[in-house]
Amino acid sequence: MAHLQDESAVVGIGQTAFGKGLEDSELSLACQAITLAIEDAGLVPSDVDGLSMFSMETGREVDVARNVGLGDITFFTEVGYGGGAGCGVVGQAAMAVATGQCQVAVAWRARKRAAKTSRPWSQVSTRVGGHQQWSRPFGVIRPVDEIAMLTRRAMHQYGYTRDHLANVALAFRHHANRNPLATMHAKELTREQYFDARWISEPLCLFDNCLETDGALAVVITSAERARDLPQPPAYIHSFAQSIPRQHQVMTNYFCDDPLIGPAWACAQLLWSRSDFQPADVAVAQLYDAFSPLVPLSLEGYGFCERGEGGEFTDGGALEAPFGRLPTNTSGGGMSEAYVHGFNLVLEGVRQIRGTSTNQVADPSCSLVTSGEGVPTSAILFRR
Amino acid sequence: MSEFLLPDLEDDVAAPFWQGTARGELLVQACGACSAWRMPPRPMCPRCQSLMVDWVPTSGRATIWSFIVPHPPLLPAYAELAPYNAIVVTLDEDPTIRFVGNLVATADGPINEVDPATIRIGAPVRVVFQAVDDVTLPRWILAEREPN
Repeated sequence: MAHLQDESAVVGIGQTAFGKGLEDSELSLACQAITLAIEDAGLVPSDVDGLSMFSMETGREVDVARNVGLGDITFFTEVGYGGGAGCGVVGQAAMAVATGQCQVAVAWRARKRAAKTSRPWSQVSTRVGGHQQWSRPFGVIRPVDEIAMLTRRAMHQYGYTRDHLANVALAFRHHANRNPLATMHAKELTREQYFDARWISEPLCLFDNCLETDGALAVVITSAERARDLPQPPAYIHSFAQSIPRQHQVMTNYFCDDPLIGPAWACAQLLWSRSDFQPADVAVAQLYDAFSPLVPLSLEGYGFCERGEGGEFTDGGALEAPFGRLPTNTSGGGMSEAYVHGFNLVLEGVRQIRGTSTNQVADPSCSLVTSGEGVPTSAILFRR
Repeated sequence: MSEFLLPDLEDDVAAPFWQGTARGELLVQACGACSAWRMPPRPMCPRCQSLMVDWVPTSGRATIWSFIVPHPPLLPAYAELAPYNAIVVTLDEDPTIRFVGNLVATADGPINEVDPATIRIGAPVRVVFQAVDDVTLPRWILAEREPN
């Protein structure tokens, strides 16, 4: 059976500045990030023959290819469900490279939160159909409301506390304070400020939420063989998984047998079954953090602790680089670096393999990146 | 017309549910072949793949599974009521059937009249019905636990 393990690698990364109200269009930002990633890989645009992007991209494949001056495109694909797609687009590009459907692929995400199309909840019409009719009429409107409902249940069932959630927010902010490119680089956050912050959707406050960011990031993927001749240390795609678990419903996942068992659980089972590494071997992780409670839920799902123990796991500086038990979101993550649907987590996972993170963990043999919990998801384990 | 987000009554799959609430009944979709209940409604039974559908009445008695208290920024109609509560309940006769709703203190009361500090997971509730424009929404009110 053909397999994916270590057959391909991320060889180039690129990103624009992060900001609010950037002037450039999402298409322009995408093209800038892709161009930088191709340069970083030591390649030229005409080398690129594969494209893998979020379904939510407003710039289309043909536009990206015509702007950046890419070669003949022989493979193109899209992955849906927003924040669940980050590792998905990279992994599908890796599959295409490993099977010869293309030689050099780019995957990216460009987003302007200021753009109206980027905030789906604020543009719903006053009539809702499909699955939204079972939550929206009752005032469960925003992603934060949907996740707050699971959080309150986890507090009740598992003993998660606001202190646990503050551990997450503070760890990621500390990392951002040491990352000059992070949105929150210059802004410190104290536990007191966390507890004084306004509510958004109880039990979640302002600092339990990710940032709203304009910006774009891209990666270049090619074969392991070709990667060896390129300038950057390859981040090999060691294991990749996607998951829509049975009876899953996007975000309002309240209707399955056990709603606190999110997509992370099934995704993790596949990821580790395809890997030479297990959770105990992982020294650094980038866990999808649109909201702070997704981190303890993901720690459980990906097997770093037992079910229900994700909250306690965050105690004692466990998530903080460089000496915590599992330094997590070492660039600041979606909560303190930038929220670009979790694609910044992919680049930070690669930097940890390269040894170039501003919160570098000493010589990690592998580096975990996960995409959205609470939606159809994906994950990648990179290795050196 | 209000600016609340209301169900699209043209949705064929869900229409019987909303027709039920208009009559003061909380219905759940059941497979016409294997009788398994499912929520939210959908055309096919995930257990036996039958397309036959029944709508069956429920007790309207449930238990609070979780709750939130949203604060602005929200859509204007909801921001006016904020902070309000939203809850998820599990149906007493089949805890795998869940509904999102709101806890109210009186059958026709607003969704912000219950002090959020008094809401408890595990509390027994019963359904009540409130008309909003042309739709009847199920809401929930605290109930005495049914004697076993």
